[in-house]
This record gives sequence, structure tokens and C-alpha cells, in this order.
Amino acid sequence: MRWFSALIILLYSQHIFAGGKLLATPGVSQIEGSAGGGIVPWAQLAGYASEDEWAMSGFCSRGNVKNYRLDVCGIQGNLFDRVELSYAEQNFDVPALKTTIKQKVSGAKVRLYGDIVYSTWPQLSFGMQHKSLKDGNVAKLLGANDTRGNDIYLAASKLHLGVFYGYNWFWNVTARYSEANQIGLLGFGGDKANKQWLLEASSAVFLSREIALGVEFREKPNNLGLGETHWRDIFIAWLPNKSVSITAAWLDLGSIAGVDRQTGWYVSITGYF
Amino acid sequence: MSLVARCQKVAIALSVMITVSGCQSTPTSLYHQVGEQAGLERLTDAFINQIGQDKVVFHYFKQTNVSHFRTGFISHMCAVLDGPCQYQGDNMVQIHTGMNISEYDFNHTVDLLIAAMNEVGISHPVQNKVLAKLAPMRRNIIKI
Repeated sequence: MRWFSALIILLYSQHIFAGGKLLATPGVSQIEGSAGGGIVPWAQLAGYASEDEWAMSGFCSRGNVKNYRLDVCGIQGNLFDRVELSYAEQNFDVPALKTTIKQKVSGAKVRLYGDIVYSTWPQLSFGMQHKSLKDGNVAKLLGANDTRGNDIYLAASKLHLGVFYGYNWFWNVTARYSEANQIGLLGFGGDKANKQWLLEASSAVFLSREIALGVEFREKPNNLGLGETHWRDIFIAWLPNKSVSITAAWLDLGSIAGVDRQTGWYVSITGYF
Repeated sequence: MSLVARCQKVAIALSVMITVSGCQSTPTSLYHQVGEQAGLERLTDAFINQIGQDKVVFHYFKQTNVSHFRTGFISHMCAVLDGPCQYQGDNMVQIHTGMNISEYDFNHTVDLLIAAMNEVGISHPVQNKVLAKLAPMRRNIIKI
């Protein structure tokens, strides 16, 4: 009930501290805490701050697949639409082992060029995510080299106005240099491979100002030799105003720790202050 | 009024007054899709109304002669949306120099224009195509 009233307050809140971007242009929050889609960090910075403002946002997300569940909550700060700082805590439930793997992710992103709406070329950002497992026992058991690691990435994104039968089309491509196994939840590195560049991409069509329908892809390494597979999702995001966004998705995470067919659902809420 | 109804009305008007100007645009032009001269007038009036009630950007327009703005905006939009007009007013740089419009205020004004387009019933796809025509002008409007 408290959640419900908090949601209602967010939905009807007219008290906006930063609102200098156009509706929906910051995207939503991805599972490592950066502004993005659900699984891919995008070039946009979190929150509605324009170059003269700062903004704060917070989010919680849940991904539920056949044999696992990921819960994540985090906060984001946007400084003058130039720098994004983020922090997220992930709890990954593994019922088969009666354990929860906990990971903390600190992120920073810098906008290098452009604006997803107005610049001729796509908006370009550079980011990093520092990840640290609280308890690396499962990771070590599976053969990971480390219980902490750093991802760096370069992301480009663009919103094309009215190009798809008059509807707005968004795309983002991210190149990530990482050795994380299952985004770090199963540790970093392993016998089969080391750090490598991985491709991630998202695309969405805005059905209205408030609703986007999209797909995502995230290439995964196979450092542990457990058949880790690429991630995919189909999402719908609802951004009714500059105070809140709600995202739902269908996930196909493939094989996780040797257990196949990890499909399920995802839901996420972000509040902007 | 639906687009079909609007087209019918235009067709009737055309057959009655064959010499009417302002209906020389191609049927697929954005100018046509926003309702031609009458549609632009409605949109501009709604936009002026939005600005007049807005606390954030109204101060930019305090010295503005409303009827001069109205005429100029309609004629500029008509030209930009491929209508049968030639805009002969000041260019965007001349108009906005010295106003030092911020990113925030610019986007806020875009929000007001979208609200005006909603108010006069311009469809979402047509709104987007209009915004796509206007977006490249931002560099000649802000921070000068």
C-alpha cells in the first residue's frame, strides 16, 4: 500500500527539479545502474538535467527467469548533462544453491558529444562500471579468476524524429570491454578467455510521446566454458511524465551457469527528482 | 475535425472559389497535413495561448508584438512545412540574438508547441514530422 501511494505521488507530482530534456529522452535504468534500456547502457545520461541543471533519480528492477531471480535497486546523479554517476546493488537469488549472490556496481559516464535529438551525429558517451561481489564463493567454485572487475564502454545513440511512418525511432549501439561472467554475478575472467570487446544494441519505436516498444541484445563472453549465451529482451516502456518511468520486458537470457532456457519477465520503475 | 473532413471542406471551398490561393501545396506536404493556412492559424493561436500562460518562457515574449509574431510564425511554418509561402521575415539568428535562450527554455518551448499541436488535434506522426523539420533550427536559436 505504501508502494502504491508512492507511485501515485510520483505519477502526479508537479514538483520537478530538473526538466530541461524532452520527455522520454533520458531512457530508463539498466540493471547495472546506468541510464539505458534494461540490459544495455545507453549514451544518454540519467535524468532530465540539461546543461544548466543537475538531477537525481532512483530505480528498482526485478528480473525473474526459470531458475533465478535478480533484484536490483540503485541511484543516479546527473551533473549538467555531462557526467552521470550511479550506484546499484544487485541480489541474485539461486534457489538451487539456497544462496543469494550480492554485487555492487559503481558507474560513471561522460557525454563526449551531441544530443540524441538535435545533433547531426549520434550522441556519444564513454562509461565505466566497477563491480564487486560481496561473497565470491560461487564465482571461485565455477572457475572465475576474480571477484571484482571493471567494464568500460562506448555508447552511441540517436532518436530519429518521424522517420518510421511518422513515428520516432531510437537506436543505441554499445561496445563494452569486459571480462564479467553473467554481468559479474559469476565473477570475472576464467580459463577459456580474457577481457574482450562485446557488442550490445537496442532499438525502439515510440508509439506515442509516452510509450516505447523495443528490443535489446547483449553479447556475452564464455570465459567459464559453461555455455554462457547472449541476452535478448523485448520491452515496453511507459514514461507518462518527467517524474517516473515504468518498464516491462520479456527476457531470454539463454543458459546461466549451465542451466538452459532461462526465459522470464522483467519489470522496472525509475523515479526522477 | 478529421483529416478526411478537412480535405472535403478544402475541396468544396476549392470548387466554389477556384481562384483561392493557399491551396497550391501538394496533397502530401506537411503544410497540407497540418490543415494548411487555417490549420496553421489554429496551431499558432494555441501556441501563443500556451506561451501566454507559461511562467518559464513568457518573459522572452514580453516585448513581442503578438500580431507581428503570429503573422511571422504562420508564414515561417508555412514555408518550412513546404507550403506555398515564402517567409520574408528576419531569420532565426536575427530574431533570437541577445535572448540567450537556454537548452532548458528551448525544450520547454518545444513542450508547449507539442501541447498546442495536441490541442488542435494534429496526429502524433504528423507532429513528429513537424518537429523533425524544426529541430535543425535549434542551433540558430539557443545560446546567442
